[in-house]
Amino acid sequence: MGLEVTDLRVYYRTLAGDVKALDGVTVAVAEGEIMGLAGESGCGKSTFGNSLIRIDGRMRHVGGRVILDGIELPIADGDAMREFRYKLVSIIPQYAMSALNPTRRIGRMIDELLESRGVRHQELRTELRRRLLLVGLPEAVLGRYPIELSGGMKQRVVMVISTLLDPSLLIADEITSALDVSTQKAVSQTLVQFRDEGFVRSMIVVTHDVSILYQVSDTLAIMYAGRLAEKAPTEELMERPLHPYTRLLISSLPEMGVRFEEERLAGIPGAPPSLLNPPTGCRFRTRCPLADAVCEEQPPFVEVAPGHAVACWKAT
Amino acid sequence: MTALAGPIPKAGESVGRAREVRYFVLRSRKILISAVILAVFLVLAVLGPALRPGDPNAFVGPLGAPPSSEWWFGTTTFGQDVFAQFLYGLGSTFLVGLAGGGIAALIGVTVGFVAGYRGGITDEVLNMLTNIVLVIPTIALLVVVTAFFKARGIVVEAAFIGLTSWPWAARAIRAQTFSLNAREFVDLARISGVPSWRVIFGEIAPNMSSYLFMTFILLFGGSILIAASLDFIGLGPTAGVSLGLMMYNSVAWSALQLGMWWWFVPPGVAITAIVGALYVMNVGLDEIFNPRLRES
Amino acid sequence: MRRYFGRKLLIYGLTFFVAATINWMIPRFMPGDPVQSLLSRHQVAPEAVPHLIAYYNALFGLDQPLWQQYLNFWGSLLNGDLGRSVYQSGRPVTEVILAALPYTLGLLIPAILLSWWAGNKFGAIAARRRYLDNAVLPIGYILSAAPYMWLAIMVAWILGSVLRIFPISGGYSYALEPSLTWAFAVDLFAHWVMPFLSLFMVMFGGWAIGMRNMIIYELDADYSRYLDALGAPSGLVRRYAFRNAVLPQVTGLALQLGVIVAGALVTEIVFSYPGLGKLLLAAVQNEDYFLLQGIFLFVIIGTLIANFLVDIAYVLLDPRTRVGMSGGSA
Repeated sequence: MGLEVTDLRVYYRTLAGDVKALDGVTVAVAEGEIMGLAGESGCGKSTFGNSLIRIDGRMRHVGGRVILDGIELPIADGDAMREFRYKLVSIIPQYAMSALNPTRRIGRMIDELLESRGVRHQELRTELRRRLLLVGLPEAVLGRYPIELSGGMKQRVVMVISTLLDPSLLIADEITSALDVSTQKAVSQTLVQFRDEGFVRSMIVVTHDVSILYQVSDTLAIMYAGRLAEKAPTEELMERPLHPYTRLLISSLPEMGVRFEEERLAGIPGAPPSLLNPPTGCRFRTRCPLADAVCEEQPPFVEVAPGHAVACWKAT
Repeated sequence: MTALAGPIPKAGESVGRAREVRYFVLRSRKILISAVILAVFLVLAVLGPALRPGDPNAFVGPLGAPPSSEWWFGTTTFGQDVFAQFLYGLGSTFLVGLAGGGIAALIGVTVGFVAGYRGGITDEVLNMLTNIVLVIPTIALLVVVTAFFKARGIVVEAAFIGLTSWPWAARAIRAQTFSLNAREFVDLARISGVPSWRVIFGEIAPNMSSYLFMTFILLFGGSILIAASLDFIGLGPTAGVSLGLMMYNSVAWSALQLGMWWWFVPPGVAITAIVGALYVMNVGLDEIFNPRLRES
Repeated sequence: MRRYFGRKLLIYGLTFFVAATINWMIPRFMPGDPVQSLLSRHQVAPEAVPHLIAYYNALFGLDQPLWQQYLNFWGSLLNGDLGRSVYQSGRPVTEVILAALPYTLGLLIPAILLSWWAGNKFGAIAARRRYLDNAVLPIGYILSAAPYMWLAIMVAWILGSVLRIFPISGGYSYALEPSLTWAFAVDLFAHWVMPFLSLFMVMFGGWAIGMRNMIIYELDADYSRYLDALGAPSGLVRRYAFRNAVLPQVTGLALQLGVIVAGALVTEIVFSYPGLGKLLLAAVQNEDYFLLQGIFLFVIIGTLIANFLVDIAYVLLDPRTRVGMSGGSA
């Protein structure tokens, strides 16, 4: 069944007005698919991940629908959403290092969390132990406090906790950005393993580090200024990018492992537009070498080849 | 929140921040109300000598009279004008708060900066000193020290208060300095051989200005409360009038039993209002400088 | 953990040393001759002056070299000898203070513990109900900004003078002799209520505000957001936030001890409650310096013990200090 997002709009309330972090995102993630979601810092990719599970007080759902396994998620209603969280959709947050309550033993925290969701923790004990071993953690971590664990260990604990109820969709938000290269590799392999073992059915991996996505994702979506620019199977996107932004992005990637956020896209002149008052039409047109009069109208996000969608007048 | 990091215009950031702060200050009920309260009392304190000229301790009126159109706050058992004492007392209160809080802030900020910036053995020694002064109850120390002073003025009182109430400020500033220390611009300044005091006052202090101001506000309020307690034990200024001394006299001369509420209510209300306004202003400022505390 | 306590004990030991040394130094290094100034303040017949000077000099040991004086001072201090109280006609200072101490402790300990407990509970509840929050904040700020003695005066005036529910002054009625009778216990309690209540109220305001702010802060912390994202009910999220918010409140208790002690002293003065505060006022008014210094030392020792108890409580509450990492604050 998978995930279907239609025309999702989520704004941030700020003093200066609404920041249109998601401004009409339409995307589908098939069952079993791992979709990578990449883009520059501030393009709205983390907002997208968070919107699917927890819209906080600073965010506002303006429009659009989210349908997961045939059920429409009430993403704007925190209380109604609570029931779907964890069981249907779960998250490995960006802040995994500080996601565990510092004053509770990890095992006890898990027990209390499960009980609060109406799951008897005894029933999951064996499974929990098995999954901890799977990510290379001894059962003894359950008796520890978070401060006794290294950063990488905490990360793996959070990965196991987040997927313990076998959610249909898992959002992994920038989970490798705080890790060193070898640990990054291990973590991303674990993500694939989780999918293969059936702990989660589909996954959205949000990152600014394209090299990670290359190892992990089946498909790759590129986001620019609150909208999707392009989505295609990973191989195809890397080899035959259609959107000028994607092309510039990939050609300006010097080597694997270099994060393009830090490079600030040396190859693309100009800066992303302000999401307070984004330009009309194609958001990339101010920096796009191909832009002309047509681009003043917003290009639709359409499929140009099987599984390959793009929002650009010049690509079709 | 990566979503907000990029797209907001970066140009003229400091101008934007100043404007944002002004915007919130003018819309913060907490700050406006507390500023008005402080202003009213400050005006009364400044105009006091003009409104009620002469010695506030002079025996000018009827004995123990309740408030009337002539004696706004009534008179004491001995016929002193409570309103005159109140006005002079306000002046002493602001003076003690300003001087005591100022001295404490100066010491606390200096100790905190130096400890946080130099680190190592300097930090160890200063931290030990801070902890020792922190643990000794201020009032007990002040009592022992001031009791041996024959003639005490408000300035001496404020100085003593300042000398004993700085430790928590030093600790807070030290922690803040530590975190700023790790920032790139401080490192750059240090590596390029800029003298410590210039790094501290040129790079670190400006980045903490809001925090320093809030520290001063809290020390200001704290000094007023400590001074009131000292006055109440009979160790306040030997000459003159203060709000704490008024309360002391009212209790000493059985105003409670005699029901002379006009003698002890005004000084307490004034101290509570001034200190409360300072606390609330601190909270208001905190909400502005730490946006996540703002009410949504 | 051993390092944690070792460090604490070192600081407390040094603090005691410094405080005792200050105590010794002040009368000796203050401008002017303390004996002369003592005498000049009392109305003394001129022919008695030389005798008194000799007496006081011997008492202070002022004719000995300084280092000898200092050693003597520590010698008698460690023997529990704090000199004799002038105003209590020569009774040993230690004895005078020990007689007053139970009243102060009987007031302070329940007031501190109950206000801390109730303030934290109330602040946590206020943080989740807007209408309560709107009421708690202003009241809390007023209470915590009120000078201790003024609140005591107001309580005494309203409950004692206007409504006449409780007796205004003293530790017990003068008509009664201290004894283990029911009547005396009731009387003792009646005299205790108002000073306790006024101390309780000021502290309560401070703890409630502190807790309310800490909870709001903790509810925004990463671990709270994670629980929320995994659909934990708000009850669990709040329970966790409360547990973490309590820790700074424990540290806050240690930081506030000085202010609380000062508050207890002035509150006793308002109610003429026969504890250390009243004794302190008498010592100041009668220029009884031995008594004054004795009270100073007792207050210091009491504060150090209380600090140490808070440290132990902190270690019990915060697992991080127990697993060998440094936690909390000095």
